[in-house]
Amino acid sequence: MRHTLSIIVADEPGELSRIVGLFSARGFNIETISVGESLDPRWSRVTIVTPGDERTIQQIVKQCERLARVREVHDITTRPHIEREMALITVSAKAGDERQEVLSLVSVFRAKVVDISHTQLIVEASGNKEKVDTFIELLRPIGVTDITRTGHIAINRLSARADANAA
Amino acid sequence: MIAQQEIEKRVATSTAPEEEMPTGAEMLIRALVHEGVDTIFGYPGGAVLHIYDELWRARDRITHYLVRHEQGAVHMAEGYARATGRAGVVLVTSGPGATNAVTGIANAYMDSTPIVVITGQVPKHLIGTDAFQEVDTVGITRPCVKHNYLVREARDLPAIVREAFHLARSGRPGPVVIDIPKDVSAERANYSRLDHVSFPFSTQLASVEQNLTLEAVRQIVDAKRPVLYVGGGIVNSGAVDSLLSFAELLRLPVTPTLMGLGGFPSSHSLCLGMLGMHGTYAANMAVAESDLLVALGVRFDDRVTGRLATFAPHARVIHVDIDPANIGKNVTPTLALTGDVKQVLNQFLSILQPQSKERLESWWDQIRRWQLSQPLRFSGSQNQIKPQTVIRELHRLTNGEALITTDVGQHQMWVAQFYPFTRPRQLITSGGLGTMGFGLPAAMGAQLALADQLVVAVVGDGGFQMTNQELATAVQYDLPVKVLIMNNGYLGMVRQWQEMFYDRTYSEVDISVAPDFVKLAEAYGAAGFRAERPAELRDVMEAALAHKGVAVVDVVVEKEENVFPMVPAGADARNMITGR
Repeated sequence: MRHTLSIIVADEPGELSRIVGLFSARGFNIETISVGESLDPRWSRVTIVTPGDERTIQQIVKQCERLARVREVHDITTRPHIEREMALITVSAKAGDERQEVLSLVSVFRAKVVDISHTQLIVEASGNKEKVDTFIELLRPIGVTDITRTGHIAINRLSARADANAA
Repeated sequence: MIAQQEIEKRVATSTAPEEEMPTGAEMLIRALVHEGVDTIFGYPGGAVLHIYDELWRARDRITHYLVRHEQGAVHMAEGYARATGRAGVVLVTSGPGATNAVTGIANAYMDSTPIVVITGQVPKHLIGTDAFQEVDTVGITRPCVKHNYLVREARDLPAIVREAFHLARSGRPGPVVIDIPKDVSAERANYSRLDHVSFPFSTQLASVEQNLTLEAVRQIVDAKRPVLYVGGGIVNSGAVDSLLSFAELLRLPVTPTLMGLGGFPSSHSLCLGMLGMHGTYAANMAVAESDLLVALGVRFDDRVTGRLATFAPHARVIHVDIDPANIGKNVTPTLALTGDVKQVLNQFLSILQPQSKERLESWWDQIRRWQLSQPLRFSGSQNQIKPQTVIRELHRLTNGEALITTDVGQHQMWVAQFYPFTRPRQLITSGGLGTMGFGLPAAMGAQLALADQLVVAVVGDGGFQMTNQELATAVQYDLPVKVLIMNNGYLGMVRQWQEMFYDRTYSEVDISVAPDFVKLAEAYGAAGFRAERPAELRDVMEAALAHKGVAVVDVVVEKEENVFPMVPAGADARNMITGR
């Protein structure tokens, strides 16, 4: 099963390579990785999507927690959560039917056209992995010439019930 | 960012004139003294010249031991640390100085030894330019340290040194590297003495929950065929007395790992001897047939477990370890207690009721049958010295009280089998990494920490030649270690595997072209001894051990002796090979 790990690590030089190095040294896989500032700018949030059974994931979490500059590691997947990834896709489509087909897919997937020329478009799509995958698959027959994807970011859902209890 | 610069400007203008501020090198020395450091093993070079200059001025407070190769420095620091429980300190230069130290750092990482290694680095403005003697030390050492630092500003040094020692010593101990660019060691800054630093990054280990200890004790008391499997964690946590009380109270069989030897007295009637690939038949059978394995301060290394699927197949497993990542890594326990093993054992003891002195009688009957059917044994010889005899003789001549260090290989296993260790920190061996050349420098580090202790490095003729240049260091500082070479002219353990698993194809294991070790010792200013025949062994060893200074004994042993019993790598312990 794929798990999404959220790792809060000090925003210091070299800390990301410590995490990535740990994964490769211990034979864990990284499907996607994305890094950015967290609520407190002294700490970065690293989001890693990794496949593995329960035991492997537990081991990854514990190994990451051993790193001196890692403050916390959460397996986002264990609770309700929202995942998003963004993709920029270059599609070859001349004016006419091809371009209309792209535009209708863009509309269905709530994507955006961010650049256009006589022969090509760049579209921006976001959503969970399955949505972005499907969007790209549907564009492929028209002529996808380049793809760049951010990898997942994720956050746990708010719990209305917990809020009510707190109040 | 702007606010930060503003603060820095104000701090800079409000302090004393620049001349009165210490350099990075001075700050480093002060911070080391503050940590209680009085001993450093090292080797100078361009990038650490400022530090060595300062070290010379501080020589009344810190004694520096000049080694002959940086690997030796780290092994000495490890010997020092493992003999005393204090953190060992190493100082080496950039580039090759740092890379030569890596083997020692990796060794300390695998064997959980607290050491702090300070490496020089090229000046900051040259980093990344492939400068002379530049290497990415932080990158190279990253996978084999608990943490490492590239110091960017001298004013950070006191806090970094403080945290480095804290990390090295706390939790599961291990090595920490501090990489200091040359300009940082020259730069002047304010020294902030840090008496009460809190470490925002380190988490406090909570004590184990009461219901878990209660459940563990219930399972242990109820077990019909329990075994205690104890490792280096017992030694690191100082749990020896607690373990002894606990095992005696419940009459539990105890089997130590290689790293656990001495953590429970080998001569004790409850001790089954070492577990694992070259462990005793009784220990391996007891674990294989046990219904409860209590794993204390261990990590289920493959040299212990063999094939995981058939390891202790009938047993529930209670695993106690300070490192959460060790729990569930190789074997999933039925009960996991993450914590300091001494505290956990004391919690066990506090809730245990007095027990019957005859408990587990049928289990012990079975164990005694295994012990009698396959004791550790070897065949004697009239003409050649048997390596096992050498260890037995060493044990007799030293009244079992010597501190022993070893390299890696057959001699190491014979030491583990035939020298019964009775106190913690009595055996200092390269367990996890298996580093040839560890024995001599480790013995020297232990010797300088414990001046009155007889320290013997038992080494092979292969490993000895990897670090034998440290004899010069031993002579220079009058560290009167005794080096016992088990000389069989082979890389013995590799030869044994080739004999047993590769149809006796002895591929590249003949090292019989070697220096005359007696002359080599003498060339270094040490005393050399040699024993070639069984009849002269005792006298030669007695003379060497009685020698006041550094002594090397070349013992020519039977060339093709094998270590038995043996569980082949990845095999089921019950299929152990007990002899040729």
